[in-house]
Amino acid sequence: MQMLGLVPASIAAGSPSAVAAVLALSAPSLAHLSPLDIAVIAIYFVMVIWIGFYLKSKANTSEEFFMAGREMTAWIAGLSFVSANLGSLELMGWAGSAYQYGILAAHWYWVGAIPAMLFLGMVMMPFYYVCKTHSVPGYLKLRYGQGASVVAAFSFAFMTVLMSGVNMFAMAEVMKVVLGWDMNFSIIVSSLAVAAYVALGGLRSAIFNEVLQFVLIWGGALLVPILGLIETGGWNGLKARIAHNISTGVVAPGDYTHMWRSMGHFADNPMGIHWTGIVFGLGFAISFGYWTTDFLVVQRVLAANSLRSARMAPVIGSFFKMAVPFIVILPGLLGLVVLQNANGSQMQLVGENVVKDCARNASDTGLATPSVCSAGLQTTAVLPATQKAVLSGTGDVQLHSYNEVLPLMLVRYCSPGLLGLGITALIAGFMSGMAGNVSAFSAVWTYDIYQPLINKRAKDEHYVAVGRWATILGVVISIGAAYLVMNAAGIMDYVQALFSFFISPLLGAVLMGMFWKRATKAGGFWGLLIGTLTSIGLWAWVKVDPAALRYVALSPDAKDMAENMYRALWSVSVCAIVVFVVSMFGKARPVAELNGLVYGATKLPEEEPVPFYKNEYFWMILAIVCFLALNIYFW
Amino acid sequence: MHNSGISIWFFIGTLLTIYGAMILGYGIFELVVGRTANVILANLHAPVWWGGMLLALGLFYGIRFRPGRNG
Repeated sequence: MQMLGLVPASIAAGSPSAVAAVLALSAPSLAHLSPLDIAVIAIYFVMVIWIGFYLKSKANTSEEFFMAGREMTAWIAGLSFVSANLGSLELMGWAGSAYQYGILAAHWYWVGAIPAMLFLGMVMMPFYYVCKTHSVPGYLKLRYGQGASVVAAFSFAFMTVLMSGVNMFAMAEVMKVVLGWDMNFSIIVSSLAVAAYVALGGLRSAIFNEVLQFVLIWGGALLVPILGLIETGGWNGLKARIAHNISTGVVAPGDYTHMWRSMGHFADNPMGIHWTGIVFGLGFAISFGYWTTDFLVVQRVLAANSLRSARMAPVIGSFFKMAVPFIVILPGLLGLVVLQNANGSQMQLVGENVVKDCARNASDTGLATPSVCSAGLQTTAVLPATQKAVLSGTGDVQLHSYNEVLPLMLVRYCSPGLLGLGITALIAGFMSGMAGNVSAFSAVWTYDIYQPLINKRAKDEHYVAVGRWATILGVVISIGAAYLVMNAAGIMDYVQALFSFFISPLLGAVLMGMFWKRATKAGGFWGLLIGTLTSIGLWAWVKVDPAALRYVALSPDAKDMAENMYRALWSVSVCAIVVFVVSMFGKARPVAELNGLVYGATKLPEEEPVPFYKNEYFWMILAIVCFLALNIYFW
Repeated sequence: MHNSGISIWFFIGTLLTIYGAMILGYGIFELVVGRTANVILANLHAPVWWGGMLLALGLFYGIRFRPGRNG
């Protein structure tokens, strides 16, 4: 089905290949793949499986399987560190947010990531690396003992596979919308591929594939903003066209191209966020929690081949993270001015709920429920003429959601081959996220649950076997979670909220343990537990009584995102206070026992002097300068 | 990573070489037959220069990090 007049006509062959015929169902989809596109995708799958089989012989010991032999260079660890976080859900979701909220979405890539990444590399990494822990719960065990470690390990393992399932479901849904692929097909193929290459080659295989996927994401997605800027006449041309679209009512009023100017009050910006929430909630509680204590990303850096590489990896990663808005946020902004309907009018994207309200009937002859669609459209900024065209049901104007902006832009500019590369980038992003989850699950299950609680004295080969089976088990549970979410979509929101409950308190416990010698075992355990319960309690309070938002997020004008940020800030604060109070009533461990674990009690190994361009401090300063320059330029 | 078998950069080089050759090949085919795909800015022939860039990058990494050559 040709849609919007943007689908590239395949001139490489007269008819779709047999493979394409199997893949592409009759469901309406944004893009239609040519045989060349299918070949690009198929070659990618062959390559990732080849890497898995090739690396099987290099994953024989537990150190090799779970820590990639600690042989990764700073570049590989750094790219893998960023890539594990760069899932397609994130790419598409933030492109959609940029369409909706403008450049404010870039806060999640800059203030919401760079300070935390640099802090991890320059301040925290030496302790993680010197104590030779295999995981973040492993660090808690060394610092606070078994109790805090088990709490962190179980919550991480449980939430990691659930999140993997949510991602798997989301990927299948995206493939259905974009390509018309059957959801079962997407879930089975992607999970089999991930299970194969991670179970075979362990963390090394996951890291290799993540670096590969990172290159593909850039190779597949960078062309869109380049062509988009050529079409709009550069950044100034884009700004002028957005301003024009606002004046004609096509784009909702707002400041789409400045990051900080509208942050003075909750009601001044469409996200409903105050700058304190961005700086302290996102910039500290959420981003430090994620980038410095989530084992999914920290595991990649622990695999570095030296302390210097471990410190350099997040610094290298920070440069690429800063650049990601050019392939995510910019396409979202470009979508505001370049996307067109089949009748030539400006396309206006809407929320998922409105798209569902305006779904066409099974025989594709008109809208299923015109009255519901009409009511839904009234809540949007869609122009009356466009609303009329949608309600007419002729198909001249079809509604698409914000999250579809990236695929729509791909379809707009990419001819056969390039479209396949773009779709491969999306698939690669999904698979890297899934592989990150299952490899981290496998390590935490084996080292922090199975070894201390079930079988303490097995041979090394036994733990490698347990790790391989844990990888497969993780994928199987993820598939189960994906089908659970598929049958009860509301669960997805709860799973994502659940994940946030554990990350921020963990930050409080790790920071207090790492920077305060007096913190005790009981302090760590109770801090983690009460911090987590605080997060859950605040979330439940707002669910039961929405008016509580004025207390949790400090303003009745706050929206969901602001609530998440302030909740994270509360839970990390409560955790730190509880660690402090409980520790003051307990007996601290002797300083000699804290060597390698705590600031002030650790003698860090001296590193060989290197030229300035290989020095991590030089690159950190450069990263800070770039970070400040970007924020000032887009102020 | 170069000393313990095939480098990741070789895998990347191989994949980019294959993709670059395919996309550049398609771009040249478009030029030769004089018909372009129904996409915006098709007159810029993105498959030619983007495919060419991928191919050059792929060849560089593929040769620079080929197995048996110390990085």
